[in-house]
Amino acid sequence: MAAGPDSVHPVSGGGLLGWVDQRFPLTKLWKSQVSEYYAPKNFNFWYYFGVLSLVVLVNQLVTGIFLTMNYKPSSAEAFASVEYIMRDVDWGWLIRYMHSTGASAFFIVIYLHMFRALLYGSARKPRELLWIFGCLIFLLLMAEAFMGYVLPWGNMSYWGAQVIVSLFGSLPVIGSGLVEWIRGDYYIADATLNRFFALHVAALPLALVFLVIAHLMALHEVGSNNPDGIDIHDHEDAKGHPLDGIPFHPYYTVKDMVGIAGFLLLFSAVIFFAPTFGGLFLESPNFDPANALQTPPHIAPVWYFTPFYAMLRAVPSFAGTQVWGVMVMGASVLIIFFVPWLDRSPVRSIRYRGPIYKIMLGIFVVSFVVLAVCGLKPPAGIYPVLGRICTITYFSFFVLMPLYTKFEPVKPVPERVTGHA
Amino acid sequence: MSDVVDHSRRRLLTAATVGTGAIGVAFVAIPFLSSWQPSARAKALGAPVEVDASKLEAGQMLKVVWRGQPVYVVRRTKAVVDGLGGHDGLLADPKSDDSTQPDYIKESGAVRARNPEYWVGLAVCTHLGCSPLGAFEPNNALQVAGTDLGANWPGGFYCPCHGSKYDISGRVFKAMPAPKNLTVPPYSISADLRVAIGASDAPKKVS
Repeated sequence: MAAGPDSVHPVSGGGLLGWVDQRFPLTKLWKSQVSEYYAPKNFNFWYYFGVLSLVVLVNQLVTGIFLTMNYKPSSAEAFASVEYIMRDVDWGWLIRYMHSTGASAFFIVIYLHMFRALLYGSARKPRELLWIFGCLIFLLLMAEAFMGYVLPWGNMSYWGAQVIVSLFGSLPVIGSGLVEWIRGDYYIADATLNRFFALHVAALPLALVFLVIAHLMALHEVGSNNPDGIDIHDHEDAKGHPLDGIPFHPYYTVKDMVGIAGFLLLFSAVIFFAPTFGGLFLESPNFDPANALQTPPHIAPVWYFTPFYAMLRAVPSFAGTQVWGVMVMGASVLIIFFVPWLDRSPVRSIRYRGPIYKIMLGIFVVSFVVLAVCGLKPPAGIYPVLGRICTITYFSFFVLMPLYTKFEPVKPVPERVTGHA
Repeated sequence: MSDVVDHSRRRLLTAATVGTGAIGVAFVAIPFLSSWQPSARAKALGAPVEVDASKLEAGQMLKVVWRGQPVYVVRRTKAVVDGLGGHDGLLADPKSDDSTQPDYIKESGAVRARNPEYWVGLAVCTHLGCSPLGAFEPNNALQVAGTDLGANWPGGFYCPCHGSKYDISGRVFKAMPAPKNLTVPPYSISADLRVAIGASDAPKKVS
């Protein structure tokens, strides 16, 4: 090889790729992150939801960009511009339904993705930061979804915003000033809609994309966990590749394509046949324009917020303030961040844990679903009581975790991953 | 020039540079954060609304729009005001503990007003936001068309949408769809009966 600048990057041959590789680590990145990124060979169904959330993110970005081309972020025009997209813009209805269904799909895949981590201990050391990035993505996603729901300026948009923004008003001392600052007016007004639009289409998506990149970088730095919760790098071949690992491409790219195809089938079915999903994905009061003088008969958030909303309502106000409910709701999200340190089990995967963790996880899932139902229903009859019980069981899962994971007997963990192949 | 790196000097200079930069960033943040405050236009539109209530006869009311919401100013007769404490047993929240109003209104008790003769409140039913109708005559059960308000009606408001009843201080009766008393906004009322809705302090006199 000739001495000179070329010898600095002796990575690839000639051609365009060679020219690029000498100036940008294209092949190097492809190899290190994809074709020679070794993932455990025993990934199962639960490992689809990471890539699916990426698919939904791209769907939201693309459809969102096209929606902004016809949407008008002003209180006078917003509702009509959404109807214009639905009726007069060619294929506008499809783009909007892809976006609105995508919002719900995002939460479905994220919730299942998080549940996977609880199954297999994926948050545990050394993946704490990976988990925290994920939790931050979840938090931003909630803000993104809330602000997105305000944009159509339907009556549920308006009153939902009213209720959620008022939550900040319950904070002592700074509350009322903070609410005024968030709204930019004395009621939910044009200024509020306009700034929510700016945050929804520019600030939050930008932050989300950065966090997703950080999430993937952290994942590829520490390596993927697997259903056995063991480290595949304990057994490597002569080249340093894990014996139980397979290159992400082509093995998992092909597997993920099957999952994506299955997902898109279901996704399309909802878009074409049930875009409102019986009032769960798009609530009927939102087909009326925002009306500051007419509260909808029953204000419920979209389904993905209802577990947290139910916990907010479960706490009665005392000492003359509602702030306790707001604190409980905040804590219900923030406590998820601490899972890597709350879990003291010597094993990661549920496969090798005792029955207590399985029961607690089961109770947690049931509580979450029941809370979701409670949050959708008016606070009457059995629902407030159910909401309170499930709030307690929801928190017990986390708060008692250091105890039941530490003292529970576990089964022996295998040296190598289990399963076929 | 020495080849030895003076680490403590370098640390100090780094900290000083970072600190100066941080102060700069904090100052630059102020205009951005302040831009979220209600704008001058929003403030002008949300400014207190002043009305002259001196021309009201007893049993009459004024409807004023303040921040996009209707506000009633009602003049009550002395007899009605004196009777206000007599029906607490019929009310859901007679002391306004769960309702929204400035502290000075809550402390005024049954009259819920700064001047007992004049009641000021949002004409927005706390159930679903309809505007309640005035039915101010006591013991007249048939003053709202098509509706019997019941015997011994003390005088008050009746919401035509779902039938919520309030007394003339905007306090809701028991077992009504509406959960709370009518909201009272901050306001002031001067000796010459000028009502400034939205400001707890009397507006400054323009000389």
